[in-house]
Amino acid sequence: MQAVIAVTGKDSVGIIADVSLECKKYEVNIIDVSQTVLKDYFVMIMLVDLSALKGSFSEFVDHMNKLGESRGLVIHTMHEDIFNSMHKI
Amino acid sequence: MISINKDEILETINMIDDEHLDIRTITMGISLLDCAGGGIDTLCSNIYDKITKSAENLVKTGEDIEKKYGIPIIHKRVSVTPIALVGGDISSGDYIKIARTLDRAANAVGINFIGGYSALVQKGYLNGTKAFIESIPEALAETELVCSSVNVATTKAGINMDAVAEMGRVIKRAAQLTADRNSIACAKLVVFANVPNDNPFMAGAFHGVGEPDRVINVGVSGPGVVAAAIRNAGDCNITELADVIKKTAFKITRMGQLVAKEASERLSVPFGIVDLSLAPTPAVGDSVAYVLEEMGLEVCGAAGTTACLALLNDAVKKGGVMASSHVGGLSGAFIPVSEDAGMISAAENGSLLIEKLEAMTAVCSVGLDMIAVPGDTTAEVISGIIADEISIGVVNNKTTAVRLIPAVGKKAGDSVEFGGLLGQAPVMRVNTASPRRFISRGGRVPAPIHSLKN
Repeated sequence: MQAVIAVTGKDSVGIIADVSLECKKYEVNIIDVSQTVLKDYFVMIMLVDLSALKGSFSEFVDHMNKLGESRGLVIHTMHEDIFNSMHKI
Repeated sequence: MISINKDEILETINMIDDEHLDIRTITMGISLLDCAGGGIDTLCSNIYDKITKSAENLVKTGEDIEKKYGIPIIHKRVSVTPIALVGGDISSGDYIKIARTLDRAANAVGINFIGGYSALVQKGYLNGTKAFIESIPEALAETELVCSSVNVATTKAGINMDAVAEMGRVIKRAAQLTADRNSIACAKLVVFANVPNDNPFMAGAFHGVGEPDRVINVGVSGPGVVAAAIRNAGDCNITELADVIKKTAFKITRMGQLVAKEASERLSVPFGIVDLSLAPTPAVGDSVAYVLEEMGLEVCGAAGTTACLALLNDAVKKGGVMASSHVGGLSGAFIPVSEDAGMISAAENGSLLIEKLEAMTAVCSVGLDMIAVPGDTTAEVISGIIADEISIGVVNNKTTAVRLIPAVGKKAGDSVEFGGLLGQAPVMRVNTASPRRFISRGGRVPAPIHSLKN
């Protein structure tokens, strides 16, 4: 099972590090990262593998939401199927 | 990205965050036919047990799916077999006991609404149906989450004009009994023609008799997404506009299909249908009226409104139908005045009149929906409005419905506030000339000639 972690918000030092650290805590493996900064606005999309996930996906989502709140970022953690079903026939 | 395009990810997130994309409802249909029998107390206890056992995990499952896909699921609801069929020949007081039981069961499982306090009377009444219909105003006044509907006509059966006359009086009484709460009972009562058996939307949802014991139906939403897509398309021609709407409807519906499939698997309940409706909410930006205005109207209600709505409704169906394995329910655009910021503002500034709304219902999925009318509107005028609207459905072989609120103590130009998804209704002027002689004739309007298809 794969998921997408999309992070947006004002740029600051260590966003990728913090998100990656949370992934590591939950044994979530990062497969691909795409990241840009546009006029101080940080946008990152991570594709992660959840096959070794520690705990439930729901806990992981809650945790990422909390991280987002604490850093003033919006973090969406969503199962890949929503994108596959919406955009592929 | 390996398998998913970055732009597609951002497009989806933008739809959810900025354009109000959501799943409006996961509705579990539950048959209560096996609860019938015994005295009223046994019946109520059977009904309570069946609902609370069947739907015990519905809300939790909805929340889990919401979290998994990051898509808001606004309501979790239950629809049941039309209660007039389950109750049979019992008194109005006993029917009200069933309504209280439904409300208690709905509260116990934590759902937002329960539909199915309903009767199907297109050709006439069963023993007990008269008592059931009499009970509707009290039942809705005493309960919070129970929704009621009465189907008074079908294209095959014609129109039961006795029921049309009766429903005018029922709506008036429901308004009076909840006069201290802006006549809210009327917001939970719909009069239908050609009612669908698998509609997940309230207030008209019930679990039809041909349905399995339990079923999962999902209603999608997304007027904000369609409006944004049209805005982004710029000054394209109408053919291109229809394509833009179709593509957007496809994406919205695919999400509904995904959620419906997952809910069905997790709850071990068969998947019924996805209802492809564009359902607005009072939130600014989540309005069907804004979609029509985005298509090029100065304001909803202007000349051209019916044409725009017809195009929208057709394109939504064409885009959605390929995205789901089973499509059903109402499937089209909704135009509930109080639940749509654009409709509210168009009605307030006099651009949108009830006569125009009636014309619009000929080309979209529901009817005269969530319209507040002056409190002194007579029962006969309400029945006349019902007869007109129901005729549109019967002759055009489609669902139509009436959900009117004769708001006690209010006059045209006032406003009534319901809160939540039910929104705020500007009180609209109605033609007060009396149809009393016509309505009091009773009898049945024969089925139209084109119903004879065999």
